[in-house]
Amino acid sequence: MASTLAPATRETAVAPKAAARRASRARRTAVAWLFLAPFAVVFVVYTAIPTVAALGLSLTDIRGADLRTPFAVDFTGVENYVRLFQDDTFVRDLLNTGLFVAVGVPLTMVTGFVLALALNSGVRRLRGLFRTVFFAPVVTNVVAAALIWQYAFHTDGTVNKVLGAVGLAGPNWLDDPNLAMPVVVLLGVWRNFGTAMVLFLAGLQAVPQDVYEAAALDGAGRWRQLRHITLPLLLPTTLMVSVLLTVFYLQVFDEPYLLTGGGPLGSTESVALYTYRQFGAGEFGMSSAASFVTLVLVMVVSVVQFRLLRSRT
Amino acid sequence: MTTTRIARSLLYAALVVCALLTTVPFAWGVSGSLRSLDDIRSDPGALFPHHLTFGNFTRLFETQGFGTFLGNSVVVALMVVAGNVVAASAAGYALAKLDFAGRRLAFGAVMAALMVPFTAVFVPQFVITVDAGLADTLTGIALPSAALPMSVFVMRQYALSVPDELLEAARIDGAGEFRIFFRIFLPLAGPAVATITIMSFLNSWNNFIWPLIVAQSMSTYTLPVGLAATSQAAAHVTDYGLLLAGAVVVMLPVLVLFLFLQRYFVQGIAGTGMR
Repeated sequence: MASTLAPATRETAVAPKAAARRASRARRTAVAWLFLAPFAVVFVVYTAIPTVAALGLSLTDIRGADLRTPFAVDFTGVENYVRLFQDDTFVRDLLNTGLFVAVGVPLTMVTGFVLALALNSGVRRLRGLFRTVFFAPVVTNVVAAALIWQYAFHTDGTVNKVLGAVGLAGPNWLDDPNLAMPVVVLLGVWRNFGTAMVLFLAGLQAVPQDVYEAAALDGAGRWRQLRHITLPLLLPTTLMVSVLLTVFYLQVFDEPYLLTGGGPLGSTESVALYTYRQFGAGEFGMSSAASFVTLVLVMVVSVVQFRLLRSRT
Repeated sequence: MTTTRIARSLLYAALVVCALLTTVPFAWGVSGSLRSLDDIRSDPGALFPHHLTFGNFTRLFETQGFGTFLGNSVVVALMVVAGNVVAASAAGYALAKLDFAGRRLAFGAVMAALMVPFTAVFVPQFVITVDAGLADTLTGIALPSAALPMSVFVMRQYALSVPDELLEAARIDGAGEFRIFFRIFLPLAGPAVATITIMSFLNSWNNFIWPLIVAQSMSTYTLPVGLAATSQAAAHVTDYGLLLAGAVVVMLPVLVLFLFLQRYFVQGIAGTGMR
């Protein structure tokens, strides 16, 4: 009841304090944004504006030659998107990209998971060494890796030499439309399973040990522990790794560009390669439309993952 | 007892096989780089050089442009690392330790930036780079990577673990925010700064598609772009010895760095995954 007794005093006492608090908060906000400024500038110029601009450009007929005369560009609405999905090349590249995702993601994840499991549970000695070896491809330059792959998968290359030694006639890997894709995917898996392994290892180490001890006391064997404890508890990690890899393979460019140039006969050409080619041909509008299809796919994958994560955890 | 011992031995054997399969490409690369052109021509797929030679490496450094590519890669990497250390330590600190209007928005921007695919934005990025007069310059190559969202994220996660009491105590003693940042936070942030340095160096050193787009003349090619261009120019008479020597020079600095500092490499990757 003190407040009704002396309302005036309270007003006069509190108001300057609130004003001072507001002023100090404004000051703190200004200081904080000063700290954020370098990141914010790069983000606005190289991410925010380009994302909006990509959508904008995809709705115009802008070509490379129009860069100097931006007002000559016409708004064409969804025409680029219609052309895109009528273009057999784009549809093929979309399917190829889907194949990269469908084969590359599970292969990368299973390899990474099995190795993480082996390193986490069975191996005490040399664990660090194994982890280093399995992670090394992740830090390896892709151009260098692709050159080595080309050398090794050449008709007279090392791989066929090894196959010859066991009496098999090695094919011409990178010139065969049916075999080029598996080699390109293999390069992708080799470069990425280390990432999956490290993330799974982090997830495995977060599983409390006493859960296993309790399960072992109840008579659950290794296999049942894996199925009923490890896998369910690792679900958030699994979803995260799968989305990370899906987003990565959706944008696959370096591997096919360097190893096969998208060939033979377009059998390894991805959407990112299509985007790059349209860009190189000066078709900025078409290129932006193709790139926006990638953005939408990535967003769909991310949103679905967040939904799943939220409903499961 | 014996069954677990057998199982363990099998596990080690399987891991050794996997490790060999993983490292075999490195071995091919190095072995190929140590073979002469004649050696490769006469027996293309041989696992080991018939005669060891370092000739490919000397030829490589005599090849026009290679020294320039190497220098460009180093300069771009230095710019990228400097930018990331400055931008990410400041932004990460603010996001974790300062209370301000727009904090959620700023963090949302970092998360969104992590998810925007490069292929979706490179056309406008290129237009902006051309408009800014930075096409075909090393600055134009470095700038988009100068403040990676991944670096900000790693620094923010680290800053969260620094106790607030430490910063509050300094505030009560009258220290300004910049003083607190430089005198108290940064000296504690060594591991995070190391992680950011390594991750952004790796990102820059291995970046391929953006330098491929921005660098239009040999004088601004980075090492990967120069190497890819050399390999495409030589499509008909592929000089594998020379190309593999180039591949080894591109791979080696990072692999050596990795052997010594793998803890930070792994931290960085694990950090980016923790969305």
